[in-house]
Amino acid sequence: MRNLKRQLFAGPYMIWIVGFILLPVVMILYYAFTTSSGSFTVSNVLTITHPIFFRALLFSLKLALVCTLICLVLAYPLAMILNNMKNGSQGFIVFIFILPMWMNFMLRILAWKMLLSNNGIINTILGFFGLPDLHIINTPAAVVLCMVYDFLPFMVLPIYNALARINRDVIEAAKDLGAGNITIFFKIIVPLSMSGVISGIIMVFVPALTSFAVSDLLGGGKVLLIGNIIEQAFTQDYNWNLGAGLSFVLMIFVLVSMTLVNSRDTEGGANVW
Amino acid sequence: MSKKLIDLQHITKSYDGHTILDDLNLYIRENEFLTLLGPSGCGKTTTLRLIGGFESPDNGKIIFDGKNITNLAPNERQLNTVFQRYALFPHMTIAENIAFGLKIKKKSKDYINDKIKYALKLVNLDGFEKRSIDSLSGGQQQRIAIARAIVNEPKVLLLDEPLGALDLKLRQDMQYELIRLKNELGITFIYVTHDQEEALTMSDTIVVMNQGYIQQIGTPEDIYNEPCNAFVADFIGESNIIDGIMLEDKLVKILNVTFPCVDEGFGTNTPVDVVIRPEDVELVAPEQGLLSGEVTSLIFKGVHWEIVVLAGGYEWLVHTTQMHPVGSKVGIRVDPFNIQIMNKPESSDEKAVELDA
Ligand SMILES: Nc1ncnc2c1ncn2[C@@H]1O[C@H](COP(=O)(O)OP(=O)(O)OP(=O)(O)O)[C@@H](O)[C@H]1O
Ligand SMILES: [Mg+2]
Repeated sequence: MRNLKRQLFAGPYMIWIVGFILLPVVMILYYAFTTSSGSFTVSNVLTITHPIFFRALLFSLKLALVCTLICLVLAYPLAMILNNMKNGSQGFIVFIFILPMWMNFMLRILAWKMLLSNNGIINTILGFFGLPDLHIINTPAAVVLCMVYDFLPFMVLPIYNALARINRDVIEAAKDLGAGNITIFFKIIVPLSMSGVISGIIMVFVPALTSFAVSDLLGGGKVLLIGNIIEQAFTQDYNWNLGAGLSFVLMIFVLVSMTLVNSRDTEGGANVW
Repeated sequence: MSKKLIDLQHITKSYDGHTILDDLNLYIRENEFLTLLGPSGCGKTTTLRLIGGFESPDNGKIIFDGKNITNLAPNERQLNTVFQRYALFPHMTIAENIAFGLKIKKKSKDYINDKIKYALKLVNLDGFEKRSIDSLSGGQQQRIAIARAIVNEPKVLLLDEPLGALDLKLRQDMQYELIRLKNELGITFIYVTHDQEEALTMSDTIVVMNQGYIQQIGTPEDIYNEPCNAFVADFIGESNIIDGIMLEDKLVKILNVTFPCVDEGFGTNTPVDVVIRPEDVELVAPEQGLLSGEVTSLIFKGVHWEIVVLAGGYEWLVHTTQMHPVGSKVGIRVDPFNIQIMNKPESSDEKAVELDA
């Protein structure tokens, strides 16, 4: 009886999982391994070996890595500062950080376009002070800058949460046993916040690897990421089979990188996926 | 007597305007087992944290082995703490936890391994090296916390209610274990508890605290037999605490009956607190007692009966090996030697007593 009730409650979630997760994955797999006439092929997936596509994939990996690294370097000290603040102001600063996330994603990208464009606000201000112009619009630098801005909160929050969960007693115990601040940082704080770092890395790296909107709007067509190629395959060439094939490859990369990152998890029980 | 190892001088500490400790003076001798005893929130942990260096006093000095350590960081003090909530490192194995302090001191691998073995044996957990912290019970974690502290061979070990989380049996075992450790290792123990029995069993010296003031310092026997005020008497074991009037030397009036006692020097007709331990109340036939009354409750406690007698308008708590059924008439007698007379509190720090008593 109780079991039946439980299953009833799970019903809507099952529909969600099947309809919005399993079904799309199955469809991608289907399209990825068939031709437009429906017969089996691996050529869609193998297209990734084509130099243009392969270079785009490598370049996407590089940008995603750089973006994740910058986010991590910025976020960790920030999360530590947050964690060391008085309880009252903490909530406020966290709120400030989340605030931009309430704005539409596209709006934020467009705002950066306005800021960075050659006659944009930043260059106007620079010019006012007689400083040289900044020409980074339509370059990978602009794409990385905007991605870092977009994804930074996803790195800060899990790290901050992990740091906040570290018991003050444990740090005092380390001090009691003779540890200085550097030892405490590397032997206690870093390992105990690793689960947050890993969540953060995954939450930044995966969207950075697969994104296409940022490079579309800030790359000016010159920054070609694997995401852009997949998007074009679907929306411009109407070649669903090619798009699905490349998506499949990308999915494999995401899964492999997540497994790699997760296996570095020292704390155990902190798997985020 | 051995020399003073730690000396707390005129320590004052307050949090957000609330004074927690007010002009506290206390010294600890080398090799002593000193216990801070008092009700929850009286400032025991705060005192320990001041000694450990996790808090600094608003006023006063802490002298350790002749040196002023008031402003020294915890990692520079030659003492180790067993924390009230264990505070083991959750990401390390038991061996790594125990090795933490030794690795910081750059001891050799062999030395560390020997120490880990020795410490685990000492706390009866040999072979637990590779286990993770979450796989241990509360009592085992507590013992690892003790092992982690003692491998560093500190001069002083601070223990904050280390047995608080354990059940009675294990607590008693660990009490013996700790005393054995202390004797074996020859280190000074500063021990915090709010369990008076534990304090009486283990300590060389007991410091009874209430609301940030020291009420009495003495050996367990002193504290139990000669409590200096009603708070201490009430806190250490159960007591009958009755308002009385000291008529003259060796004569006290309680509940309108005059009892002979042995105390002197209180003047004449002075209001006092009279303390009589429940095991010192003798129940006799009604006509033989100084007071007579009726048994209102009877509880079997194993070794003795706990009886409440309503006599002279006061509910006397009595421990006796003889059974007296509820409703029976009894007389009450007390040996003059077993009547403790105490002055009513007057000074400001003694007033703290009244609030709680
Ligand atoms: N960091 C702090 N900030 C504010 N008040 C504190 C702080 N630490 C302790 N106090 C207060 O100081 C008083 C004494 O606390 P302390 O921890 O020393 O009590 P305790 O005797 O150890 O009690 P227990 O037996 O419950 O552990 C309490 O009223 C407590 O609320
Ligand atoms: Mg405490």
